[in-house]
Amino acid sequence: MKVLVTVKEVAEADDDFAIEGTDIAASDLEYDLNEWDDYAVEAAVQLAEAGVADEVVTVTIGPERADETVRMALAKGADRAVRVWDDAFEVGFADVAAKVSTFEAVVEAEEPDLVLGGVQAADTGFGATGVALAERIGFEHAAVVNDLEVDADAGIAHVRRELEGGVEELTDVDLPAVLTVQTGLNEPRYASLRGIRQAQRKEIDAKDLADLGLTPGDVESALEITSMYEPESESDAEIIEGDAGEAAGRLAEVLRDKGVGA
Amino acid sequence: MSDVLVVSEHRRGELRDVSYEAITAGRELADARDGDLHVAVIGGDVDGFAEDLNREGVDAIHAVENGEEFDHNVYQTAIAALLDRTDAGTVVTPNSVNGLDYVPAVAEDRGLPLVTDAIGFEYDDGLTVTREMYGSKVETTVDVDGDRHVLTVRGGEWAPAEGVGDAPVESVEVDLPESGARVTGFEEVGGGDVDIADADVLVSVGRGIEEEENLELVEELADALGATLSASRPIVDNGWLPKNRQVGQSGKVVTPDVYIAVGISGAVQHVAGMKGSDTIVAINTDPNAPIFDIADYGIVGDLFEVVPELIDEFA
Ligand SMILES: Cc1cc2nc3c(=O)[nH]c(=O)nc-3n(C[C@H](O)[C@H](O)[C@H](O)COP(=O)(O)OP(=O)(O)OC[C@H]3O[C@@H](n4cnc5c(N)ncnc54)[C@H](O)[C@@H]3O)c2cc1C
Repeated sequence: MKVLVTVKEVAEADDDFAIEGTDIAASDLEYDLNEWDDYAVEAAVQLAEAGVADEVVTVTIGPERADETVRMALAKGADRAVRVWDDAFEVGFADVAAKVSTFEAVVEAEEPDLVLGGVQAADTGFGATGVALAERIGFEHAAVVNDLEVDADAGIAHVRRELEGGVEELTDVDLPAVLTVQTGLNEPRYASLRGIRQAQRKEIDAKDLADLGLTPGDVESALEITSMYEPESESDAEIIEGDAGEAAGRLAEVLRDKGVGA
Repeated sequence: MSDVLVVSEHRRGELRDVSYEAITAGRELADARDGDLHVAVIGGDVDGFAEDLNREGVDAIHAVENGEEFDHNVYQTAIAALLDRTDAGTVVTPNSVNGLDYVPAVAEDRGLPLVTDAIGFEYDDGLTVTREMYGSKVETTVDVDGDRHVLTVRGGEWAPAEGVGDAPVESVEVDLPESGARVTGFEEVGGGDVDIADADVLVSVGRGIEEEENLELVEELADALGATLSASRPIVDNGWLPKNRQVGQSGKVVTPDVYIAVGISGAVQHVAGMKGSDTIVAINTDPNAPIFDIADYGIVGDLFEVVPELIDEFA
């Protein structure tokens, strides 16, 4: 069985940041593997270790810089990686359909039995790519999966979906399927030194749209970010100033007034 | 195409509040486009639900009797059928866990642009949606191409629709294709020793605590204050505290007199579980952390410096 994992390099804003145009200044962003995708990578690698999966391939839409993040997934045990980038992605904000078109082409080339990805990306928070991809490629799907058991012989993934308020739904999903995973599904490993060394030798196959038989028109976005700003705080929070000791002293007064510690 | 279709949501025999909020958002959009508001209710006690959903401003209700609980296959098929039967150009749904499981498929199936987790929108020639990015540190406005779209709306951003409407209720039958995903049951998780929902004072710890060993520090604070210890999700995901201590959308909803968030950013799914607290205190190094937007008192500072001082105050 082949598992394809969609991984994203996500950006996090520094405590102090400036907005330039319709994005945060690149110098105020730090990049990392999307938290939710980390659990997807771990799930796939565990399937390989259990002998259920023969190969784990990651796919990323991202510029060359993203290789660093991709290497992290490779160091954790993925076998190889595909990274797609094209000038067409530079011009705007790729919507769900644009990403799905890209992943669809990769799925056609790789023919996985199972696609795993995080339920959402920490930076844009759309939470939609996996399920939309399933619809496009005719796979079954389940979203917000926090428990996964694959019965490869029967061709079924037994999953739990985590609903609101501590309720879980038990679902059987026929393979091939796309599952979007929730944190807590497993315990993502740290990359070992050995893994990091091995990752240097693993293949990152960089492709552009033409390599996938796509044109810029295929990834045209219906969405355009027209402004970005720091939200006006409607908060009337009283910020307690002073060094740690002073602030703690003042907070203690407030808390005592509320009857805390009495 | 200027009509709007709102899809309601229910669980275990009850409509979820976000359904009424989605109706308000849907009505707003329908007004801006001079269209009608259709509401779909799919599965469960559709007749009872249809009555509850019949609020002011609703023009038509479509009741799809099919199964008791959510099933993405049924939802997808029913919504496709309703889009064929009605003149609805925009689908509006709650941005919920079940929404994550069917809405993207509906948009993809219909080739409609999708914008999730909207916190506001304007319609003037075209749709412009307001949403957050980078962990709620910034807001963006997003222009959407075309006059047909799918929009999911964040809970708590629109007032629930009120009043009693007189929309006709139509029952709808759909042909279901064979499904390759079958719901086999539900399970309640996260019971246990302490019910954080009963506590008057909560000291809640987040990823800012960095290491499991450091939990001792907040435990000490909770002891000193006579408070109960709770946590954000990553602490529970790491196995540092049991699931019954998790506050938030997928954890517990708490309403203590005092909630002290220590090293918690205030992600929307966390806030969903604690925004009803009487007094909210936040200790965080990042002045832009969204937790400060809902806090009553804030200390912008390092928890490893502030918390020991606070323990001393109460020792
Ligand atoms: C479907 C779904 C359901 C979810 N359900 C829940 C839920 O029920 N509950 C929940 O909590 N989350 C939930 N989440 C996860 C949520 O999106 C966030 O990932 C999570 O709440 C972040 O937790 P955090 O604030 O502890 O960590 P982070 O977001 O990493 O924040 C850590 C904070 O600590 C601060 N900090 C760092 N060091 C220090 C220091 N030394 N002193 C003071 N402050 C410091 C940082 O500035 C930062 O603001 C859910 C997500 C999804 C997709």
